Amino acid sequence: MFKHYFEGAENIEVGPIISLIIFFVFFIGLLYWVIKADKEFINKMKDMPLDETSVDNNNLNKKD
Amino acid sequence: MSVEKFSYDNKIVKYFIIATVVFGVVGMLVGLTIATQIFWPAANFNISWLTFGRLRPLHTNAIIFAFVGNAMFAGVYYSLQRLLKARMFNDMLSWIHFWGWQAIIAAAAITLPLGYTTSKEYAELEWPIDIAITLIWVVFGINMIGAILKRRERHLYVAIWFYIATFVTVAVLHIVNSMEVPVLMFKSYSVYAGVQDALVQWWYGHNAVAFFLTTPFLGLMYYYLPKAANRPVFSYKLSIVHFWSLIFLYIWAGPHHLLYTSLPNWAQTLGTVFSLMLIAPSWGGMLNGLMTLRGAWDRVREDPVLKFMVVAITAYGMSTFEGPMLSLKNLNAITHFTDWIIAHVHIGGLGWNGFMIFGMLYWLVPKMWGTKLHSTKSANLHFWLGTLGIIIYALPLYWGGVVQSLMWKQFTPDGFLQYANFLETVTKILPFYMLRLLGGSLYFTGVIFMIINLMKTAKAGSFIANEDAEAPALEKKVITGSTFHAALERKPIQFTILTLIVISIGGALEIIPTYMVESNIPTIASVKPYTPLELQGRDIYIREGCVSCHSQMVRPFRSETERYGEYSKAGEFVYDHPFLWGSRRTGPDLHRTGLGNKNAKPNSWHYTHMYDPRITSPGSIMPRYLWLHENTLDISSTPAKIEAMQTLGVPYPDGYAATANDDLRIQAEAIAADLNSGDIETSSDKEIIALIAYLQRLGTDINGEK
Repeated sequence: MFKHYFEGAENIEVGPIISLIIFFVFFIGLLYWVIKADKEFINKMKDMPLDETSVDNNNLNKKD
Repeated sequence: MSVEKFSYDNKIVKYFIIATVVFGVVGMLVGLTIATQIFWPAANFNISWLTFGRLRPLHTNAIIFAFVGNAMFAGVYYSLQRLLKARMFNDMLSWIHFWGWQAIIAAAAITLPLGYTTSKEYAELEWPIDIAITLIWVVFGINMIGAILKRRERHLYVAIWFYIATFVTVAVLHIVNSMEVPVLMFKSYSVYAGVQDALVQWWYGHNAVAFFLTTPFLGLMYYYLPKAANRPVFSYKLSIVHFWSLIFLYIWAGPHHLLYTSLPNWAQTLGTVFSLMLIAPSWGGMLNGLMTLRGAWDRVREDPVLKFMVVAITAYGMSTFEGPMLSLKNLNAITHFTDWIIAHVHIGGLGWNGFMIFGMLYWLVPKMWGTKLHSTKSANLHFWLGTLGIIIYALPLYWGGVVQSLMWKQFTPDGFLQYANFLETVTKILPFYMLRLLGGSLYFTGVIFMIINLMKTAKAGSFIANEDAEAPALEKKVITGSTFHAALERKPIQFTILTLIVISIGGALEIIPTYMVESNIPTIASVKPYTPLELQGRDIYIREGCVSCHSQMVRPFRSETERYGEYSKAGEFVYDHPFLWGSRRTGPDLHRTGLGNKNAKPNSWHYTHMYDPRITSPGSIMPRYLWLHENTLDISSTPAKIEAMQTLGVPYPDGYAATANDDLRIQAEAIAADLNSGDIETSSDKEIIALIAYLQRLGTDINGEK
C-alpha cells in the first residue's frame, strides 16, 4: 500500500535536475564573472573594512 | 564633492552587547542545569517547570535567539554603519528592535517552563510570540535596508550580503514553519501534519542553523577578522563564490535530519546530496578566514581576539565537515538519535558561535570605550578554559553516542538483542554525561572571567555613545559598462530580491512536492483521528516536552523492529498536528507503545511509571511527573481543539465538538476503572488518565490492517 506514496512522487525526479541545472548555470556564470572581475575593484572592496571614517579627535583608535 | 559629517550609533551596540552577555549567562546556566538533571533527575526538585522536557527548549532558544541573536545584532549594528559610512536608518527603529527582541526573550523564558510549546524544535514559541517575532524581525529589516539605502559607500561589502541573506531567509523560514491554527491564547496546532510537518520543520530547523547561526556570523567574520588582524580578507573573489554557493546549497539540506524515517526516499537522497556539496562553500569560507591570517600567525600567539577567532573558524570547519558526513546514510544510521548529534551542535555552538562572539566582544568593548583591554592574561585564561571546556564537553558525548548506538544494535549469536533492556544502554553512558557537565562548567567559568574583564575595561575607559565620522555623500550618477555582479552590489533591493529567489528555489522544490504527494496518498483506512481524551493526552505529552527524549519513529532496521516493533509508516501520521518524531532517544522510542503492540504496557504500569520511573524501571533517569496524578484535566478546551482539528481537515463528524466531552468521559472512566481494579486509587478526571489514553493509542492503528 505504501508504494503508492512513492508512485505519487514519480514526476519529482525532474525537480532536483532542474535545480541542478539552475545552480550549475548560475555557478558557472558567477565563476566567469569572478575570474574576469576588475582587480582594482576587487582590491577596493577588499580594503573596505579597514577604511576608517571615524573622526579620531582623541587619537583613541590609533594603533600603537 | 562635499564631505558630510555624521555619527555612528554605539549606544545601541552597547545595549545589544549587554543583552548578549546577560542571556549568554542565563542560557548556559539552564544548559548546566539540564546537563545535571540528565544523570541526576532529582535535580529538578519535582517542580514541573524545572523538568528536563521544559527546560531543554528554554536552553536551545536562549542560546540561539537570545545569546547568539543579540550578539548578531550587536555585531551587525556596529559593522553595518561603518561599512555603509552611515548611521542606522532610524534610531527609534533601533530601539524598538532592541526592546522588542528582549520582550520576546522574556516571553519565551516565562512560557516555555510553563509548558506552552508547539514542540517544533527551535520554533517552540506559541503563536502570539511568533507574531511578535515577525514584527520585530521586519523592524530590523527596515532599519537595515533603510540604512543601506542612505549609505555613503557605493558598493556593498560581502559582510552585508550575508546580513541581507540572513534577514530574508529567516523571515521566510519563520513564517512558513510557524503556520499554525490558534486554539487557545497559548496553544496552537501546526497546519502541517506528519511527514509534511516533519519536512517543513527540518527545512526550518536546518536553515535556522544555516541562516541564524552561520550566515550572520560569516558576515561578522568577514568584517571583524580583517579588523582584528588589520589586513584585508585573503580572497574577496572567493568570498563572492562562497556567498552564493552557500546560500543556494544550504536551503536544500534539511531532509538529512530525517534519513531512514517515513519521509519519501527522493527527499532523503536530495538532503544527502546537497549536504555533501555543502562542504565546498563551507570550507571555502573557512579557508578564506584562516588564510587571512597568513603572515600574521605570530600575532595569533599574542592577541586573544585572534586566538578566539582562529578556534571559532576551525570549529566551523570541523562541524561543516562533520555535518555532511553525518548526512551519509550509513553513518547517520549509527549516529542519529544519539549524543553524537548533541556533541556536533555544541562544536558549532560553543566553538563557532561562542568563540566568534567572545573574540568580537574583546575587540569591540575596548574600541567603544576608547581604551585597552583590562587584562590580556585573563582573556588568555578564558581562551584556554573555553577550549578545554569544548573538548571535555564534546569528546565524552561522541564516545558515549557511539557506545550507546552500538549497544542498541548488538545482537547475540542466537539472534536476540544483546541489550534488550533499553535502560542498560542508558546507565552505561552516565559517566559521559558527568564529564560533559565538567566541560560545560569550564566553558562557563571562562565566560565569568570575560564578564569581569570587560566590565573592568569599560570602567577604565569612557563610552563613546556617538562616534563622529565624515565621508563624502554618494553622488547620484549613472554607471555604465560594469559587469552584472558589480552592478548588483550597488543595488541593494535587487540584491535582496535575487537572494530571496535563490533561497526559495530549494525550499519550494522540496516542500511543494510533499504537498502534492500527500494529496495523492491513499490514507491507511484503519488510521483514525485521535479520540478527544487521546488528543488531550497528546497535548500533555507536548506540554511536558516528552519529545525532547522520546522519538516516535521506528526506523526500518532489524535492531529497531526487533526492539520496538513494526517500523513507522508515513500514512500513520496523517492526523499528527504537529508531528512528534523527535530527534534524540534519551529514552526508548514510543511509537509502538500502544495496546496490542510489541512494547505495550498495562495502564497501571504507565500510572506508576509517571509517578516514579525508578519503581518500574530501576536506574531510569526520567523525571517524576507527580502533578499529572493530581491535576484535573481541563476539558473546557476540548471543543475548541476538535474544531481546530476539523479546520485542518481531520475528519471528525460534523458537530462533534459539542459531544466530544461525553466520549472523553466514557473513555476516561474505563481507564480509571481498570486502574482502580489494580488497587490504584485515582479518579477519571486526572491528567494522567488522558496521557495514558494517548500512550495506549500510539502506533496501534496499523494493527487493524493486518
